[in-house]
Amino acid sequence: MAFESLGDKFAGIFKKMRGNATLTEKNMDDMLKEIRVALLEADVNFKVVKAFVNDVKEKAIGQDVYHKVNPSQMVVKIVHDEIQSLLGEEQCGLTVESSGLTSILLLGLQGTGKTTTAGKLSYQLANKEGKKVLVAALDVYRPGAIEQLEAVIGKTSASFFSLGKDKDPVDIAKEAKKKALAEGYDVLILDTAGRLQIDEGLMEELRRINHEIHPTEALLLVDAAAGQDAVNVANVFNKELRLTGIIMSRLDGDARGGAALSIKYLTGLPIKYAGVGEKVSDIEPFYPDRMADRILGMGDVVTLVEKAKEAVDEKQAEKDAKKFLDGDFTLEDMLRQMKQVQKMGSMKSLLKLIPGMPKISDEDQARGEREMKTFEAIINSMTPYERRHPETLRYSQKNRIAKGSGKTNADINRVLKKYEQSKEMMRQMKQYSKTGRMPRGGNNPWGR
Amino acid sequence: MGLFAFLKSKFGKKGTSAPADEKESRDIYSKGLEKSRKNFASRLDALSKRYAKIDSDYFEELEEILIESDVGVDLSIRLCETLLDKATKEKIFEPKQINEMLVDEMFVGYATKGDVIQNEISFAENGPTVLLVCGVNGVGKTTTIAKLAYRYLHQGKSVLLVAGDTFRAGAVEQLRVWAERLGCPIITGKPESDPASVAYDGARYAREHGVDLVIVDTAGRLQTKANLMQELAKIRRVLGREIEGAPQETFLVIDGTTGQNGVLQAKAFKEVTDLTGIVITKMDGTSKGGIILSIRDELGIPVRFLGLGERMEDLQEFDLDKYLYGLLLGGDANE
Repeated sequence: MAFESLGDKFAGIFKKMRGNATLTEKNMDDMLKEIRVALLEADVNFKVVKAFVNDVKEKAIGQDVYHKVNPSQMVVKIVHDEIQSLLGEEQCGLTVESSGLTSILLLGLQGTGKTTTAGKLSYQLANKEGKKVLVAALDVYRPGAIEQLEAVIGKTSASFFSLGKDKDPVDIAKEAKKKALAEGYDVLILDTAGRLQIDEGLMEELRRINHEIHPTEALLLVDAAAGQDAVNVANVFNKELRLTGIIMSRLDGDARGGAALSIKYLTGLPIKYAGVGEKVSDIEPFYPDRMADRILGMGDVVTLVEKAKEAVDEKQAEKDAKKFLDGDFTLEDMLRQMKQVQKMGSMKSLLKLIPGMPKISDEDQARGEREMKTFEAIINSMTPYERRHPETLRYSQKNRIAKGSGKTNADINRVLKKYEQSKEMMRQMKQYSKTGRMPRGGNNPWGR
Repeated sequence: MGLFAFLKSKFGKKGTSAPADEKESRDIYSKGLEKSRKNFASRLDALSKRYAKIDSDYFEELEEILIESDVGVDLSIRLCETLLDKATKEKIFEPKQINEMLVDEMFVGYATKGDVIQNEISFAENGPTVLLVCGVNGVGKTTTIAKLAYRYLHQGKSVLLVAGDTFRAGAVEQLRVWAERLGCPIITGKPESDPASVAYDGARYAREHGVDLVIVDTAGRLQTKANLMQELAKIRRVLGREIEGAPQETFLVIDGTTGQNGVLQAKAFKEVTDLTGIVITKMDGTSKGGIILSIRDELGIPVRFLGLGERMEDLQEFDLDKYLYGLLLGGDANE
C-alpha cells in the first residue's frame, strides 16, 4: 500500500516520545494532524475532515484520554467509532413496498457502475428474494449500453424491457411502468444514462422521469475511488431528484472510499449497498464498521483494540486482580486469564505499535495455543473442589484426570507448576503494590 | 517570475495570427476546464485579496485549496513548504506574488519530473504503430479510443480498432458502433474469448493491410486483481511478438473525478505494462483534477490528453502552460 496506516503513524509519534508514553496536548495535536492526513488520503472531503477532527478532539478531551494507559489506542478508537457512527449505526436496506410496485431509479456519473448494479439488484431481488422484477433500459445515448444491460439481466431471472435507442427515455420509463403495473411486477428497476451533474439537458430529463415515475428509491452510484468532488455531485443530484440513498461501487478495489463518509456527513443519505466484484452476485449490504476500518486504512489496529476490549471484561479483570492480590487464586482463574490473552489473537500487530515490546513469533503463538488446549482439557477434567485446591491432588486423582482429558501425568504436573508460578507472581505483585517496587527477576508465568 | 512573465507574454497578447483550429482548440480547452479553473483560480484570487501580507495562516489556506483540488496531501504540503522557504529567503510577502510562485513551482515540478512532454502519439518509422489502452472499469476507455481514432483519422492515418474487451457485456458492441461511425475497420473476438488472441488477430490484420495505427481496447480491471493484470501483460507480449516494438504506446485512462486512488492505479498498471502516457477523462465535469499533478509527481508519467466533453473533438492534447495559466488567472486564456 502506498499509504501508511494510521496505526503506524501513531506508533511513530509514540516512538519519538522516548519512554514517557503518556498523551499530552502537544502530541495529541500531532495525532490529530495524522488523522487529518489519513482522512484526506482516503479522499474524505476537506470540509468534512476539518469538522471531523474538531469533533474527535472534543470527544478525546471529554473522555479524558490523557490519563488512560494506552491513550493512542483510545484516540484511534474514538476516531473509528466516530466514523462508524457518522456512517450510520446499522446497515440500511432497500425500501420495498409491501403491496404494489416498488420502483428503483439508478443514477450517477458516467462509468460509476449503474448497469452492472442494475444486474446485481435484479439478482438480489429476483433470484434471491423471489420477486418479479422488470428492468428498463433508459440509456439511449452510450453505444452498446442497451446490449450490455440485456446481457447482464440475462444472467438473472428478471425480465428486460427496452424500446430501442430512438425513443425518449421519459417515454420508455412511462411504458415500462405501465407494463410493470399491468403484468403484476413487484419491482421495476430503471437504468438511466450516466450524466454529469452540470449537464442541464440531461438533468432535466431525469427530473421528468422522476416526475413520471415517483420512484420508491432514487439511488446514486458513487465510485469508491471518487475524489473531493463526490460531495458536490451528490449534492446536485440530491437537490434535483431527492435521492433516497447511495450505492458504493468498486469496493473490491483498494480505494479507501472516503467519499462514503463525506456524502453521509453532508447529505445524511444512507449508503445502502456496496458493489464488490463483477459478477451479478457481487453485491453486499453496506457495513459502516468495515468502512470505518477501510477509510482509516488500519483494519488491523482497530480490530485489535476492539478484540482486546471484548476479550478483557473489565469488571471481571478488576475482580480477578483483587482476588490475586488477596492470594486467593485458583486454577479456574488461571485458565480464564490465559483465555483472555489468547482471545486477543495475534499479538504481533499490536506489539508492532508499542515500542520496546518483545516480538512473538508465529511459532510461539501456535505453541501457546496448543498449551492452552492442553491446560483447558486438564482443568475441565477436575472436580470443582480440585480446581480450587489443586494442592490436594494425589496420584490416583491425577491418573483419573489424565484419563479423562487424554493427557499425561507430566502434562498435569506442568499445569500445577505453572499454577504455582502464577501464585508466586501474584504474591510478588502484592509486595509491589505495598512497596511500590517491582520485584527483581519476576517470574512471569505467561512468558515462555 | 521568469516563467510567469513568459506565460503572460505567450497567452496575454491577443493571438491575431492564430490559425482557426488553434483558436477552436483553445476554446474547447477553456470551456472544458472552466469548472476547475473557476474553482481553483477564484479561490486563489479571493485568498490573495483577504491577506495584505502572507503569514502561516495564508499557507494553511493555500494548502487547503490544493488538497481540495485532489492535488494530494503529500504534494500539497510539499508545495507549500517550498513556497514558505522561498518566500522567507527572498523576503516576499505579497500574496499575489506567492500565487505566481506557486504556479511556477507546479510548472517546474511537472516539467522536470520525467520524460520530455510530447503529446501526440509517436509513430513507428515503418510498420504499424500499436497503442494499448488500459484502465479500471468505467473510466471511459472505449469512448477515449473512439476520440483518439477520430483524431488520427483526421490527421490522415489509417486506423484499426481492436476490441480486446471480451468480458464486459456490450463492450464489443459499443466499439463496433464507433468503428461504423468513424468508418474504420475493427477486429473482434467471441465473448469471453482470450483477449490476447484478439490482439493477435488485430496485429496480423494490421501487418497485412499496412495499417498506420492500431488501437487495442482492453477490459476494465481493478488494479488489485492480479490475474487480470497478468492478462494485460500477456496481451502486451503477444503484440510485441507480432509487430516489432509494439505496443509503442500504452495509455492509462483515468477518470478525472478520481481521488488519491488515481495514483495507486497508475502505479499498479505501470508495474505490469510500461505506461507511456495518461489520458484523464471527464475533466469537464469536475472542478478538481489535481491528480494530473500528483501522478506526474509520484510516477513521472506525463498526461497526454484530456477528455473535455462528449464530442469527438473534445479530446485535447494536454498543455501544461494553458492548464496552469488557466488555473492561476481563472479567465479565458485569450484575455
